[in-house]
Amino acid sequence: MLLHDIALVFGRYARQTLRSRFQMLFGILMPLLYLLFFGPLLTDLPLGSHGSSWQVLVPGLLLQLGLFGAAFSGFAVIIEKQTGVLERMRVTPVSRLALLLGRVLRDALLFVFQSVLLVLAAMAMGLRAPLAGVLIGFAFVGLLSMSLAALSCAFAMTVQTPVEFGPVINSIAMPSMLLSGLMLPMALAPGWLDVLSRFMPVRYLVDAMRDAYVGEYATSSMLYGVIVALCFATLAVTVGTRVFRKAGA
Amino acid sequence: MAIISTAGLARTFQTKRGPVEAVRGIDLTVRPGEILGFLGPNGAGKTTTLRMLTTLLAPTGGAATVAGCDLARDPGGVREKTGYVAQSGGVDPTISVREELVTQGRLYRLTKPQAAARAEELAGQLHLTELLDRKCAALSGGQRRRLDIAMGLMHRPEVLFLDEPTTGLDPGSRADLWDLVRRLRDEYGTTVFLTTHYLDEADALADRLVIVDKGTVVAEGTPSALKLTYAGSVDATLQDAFLAITGRGPAPQDQTPVAV
Ligand SMILES: Nc1ncnc2c1ncn2[C@@H]1O[C@H](COP(=O)(O)OP(=O)(O)OP(=O)(O)O)[C@@H](O)[C@H]1O
Ligand SMILES: [Mg+2]
Repeated sequence: MLLHDIALVFGRYARQTLRSRFQMLFGILMPLLYLLFFGPLLTDLPLGSHGSSWQVLVPGLLLQLGLFGAAFSGFAVIIEKQTGVLERMRVTPVSRLALLLGRVLRDALLFVFQSVLLVLAAMAMGLRAPLAGVLIGFAFVGLLSMSLAALSCAFAMTVQTPVEFGPVINSIAMPSMLLSGLMLPMALAPGWLDVLSRFMPVRYLVDAMRDAYVGEYATSSMLYGVIVALCFATLAVTVGTRVFRKAGA
Repeated sequence: MAIISTAGLARTFQTKRGPVEAVRGIDLTVRPGEILGFLGPNGAGKTTTLRMLTTLLAPTGGAATVAGCDLARDPGGVREKTGYVAQSGGVDPTISVREELVTQGRLYRLTKPQAAARAEELAGQLHLTELLDRKCAALSGGQRRRLDIAMGLMHRPEVLFLDEPTTGLDPGSRADLWDLVRRLRDEYGTTVFLTTHYLDEADALADRLVIVDKGTVVAEGTPSALKLTYAGSVDATLQDAFLAITGRGPAPQDQTPVAV
């Protein structure tokens, strides 16, 4: 029953996305610009890692795509609150968990799809990475997008207007991106910054992904990355469902 | 045996400017197959009551059972057996009429073919057949209202809550809706709980009226009983009775201030 409900809700949102080419491609603009105009600057710099600069940069850009894309997922919830669609679905017997999971799975899939396009573009720019590593990277992007989308939707349930929502999300997403070392690895950071960045869950994901992109799968970074990604996803979905279950404020 | 019964149902909203007591304790019962008109001035608490009875809003006091299910303990059961048409609707402008109807049916656990057939059937009854493949954004106000109503009927609910269903409908569509509501009751025994500000509609359609003001029930009875009690004669208009009950009518002569 739960799976049936999730498939139903997912289908509704997936069809909506498939109809909008704009929505499907918009999220990749920012990381693509970084790839084109920032990536080439790094090619000869010592980044404190093995592998090429592309193997360092691309995992960061993929997580950046997921981070910014998914953090704003809640916008759709606010719009649905305003049009009454959300309440109309909440009076049906459909599972509350499915109402959340159906939509965040659509988001996760959308961002993984955009990641594939970005990786193809990066390969044209010079990225070379093992297939298994690239696939592991997509899994991280999917998990992170799902977690952040769930938290974003939960937060959107508690605010009334987009004006309250946008600035809060921006002021969380921007520092998260910088502190997680998405652009350049935190291995380059001075001690205090490195310590600070260890409080960011995304830091562990990007370190694990960078290992995967150079074909090193049995590292401690990989272990931490997997643990953090799974714990964060569990926490986010639990919080999200709790908020969706509670009657709307 | 009542199909809806509430005891002291209440809801207080906490706002930045302090608590708002939208519903202060409503006691009412509705018999199966009854068409109940739930009337009251703007802000009386009608929509808030409906949102509680449909599980959207947790009551801050009191209890209720709807279609044999306790509101607090079995919200899932209530959702399965009731349909709700919200005052401000709830369709996505970017989705087609047919897709919204079919998805709605499937959320109520109809199979795909059942939902598709039911969508066609309701579209016929509510004059939406030609509009089935249009985006919801491309409907007129009244057409969208008819779609909202169709959405609430997809699963043939035992109890149907309609919040101002005929607002924005032309006279023909309104008469059609009255027929549809009566047919639902006569053929399927559906209980209909509806709010309206059109007193001619309440008079013509409802078996019994419950009038609320400031969050409490201030009068109830058949339209003729209310007219007799509050306006002095069964031939009076429901408007006169309503104004007398909610105290918004012309003040009695002896209370008029002498100097203005
Ligand atoms: N979310 C909310 N927060 C605070 N106050 C609210 C909220 N929702 C409703 N109210 C207040 O509760 C009261 C009852 O509102 P409700 O919508 O139930 O009235 P109504 O009887 O449906 O009125 P109308 O005929 O205008 O539709 C109003 O004073 C309204 O301002
Ligand atoms: Mg109302």
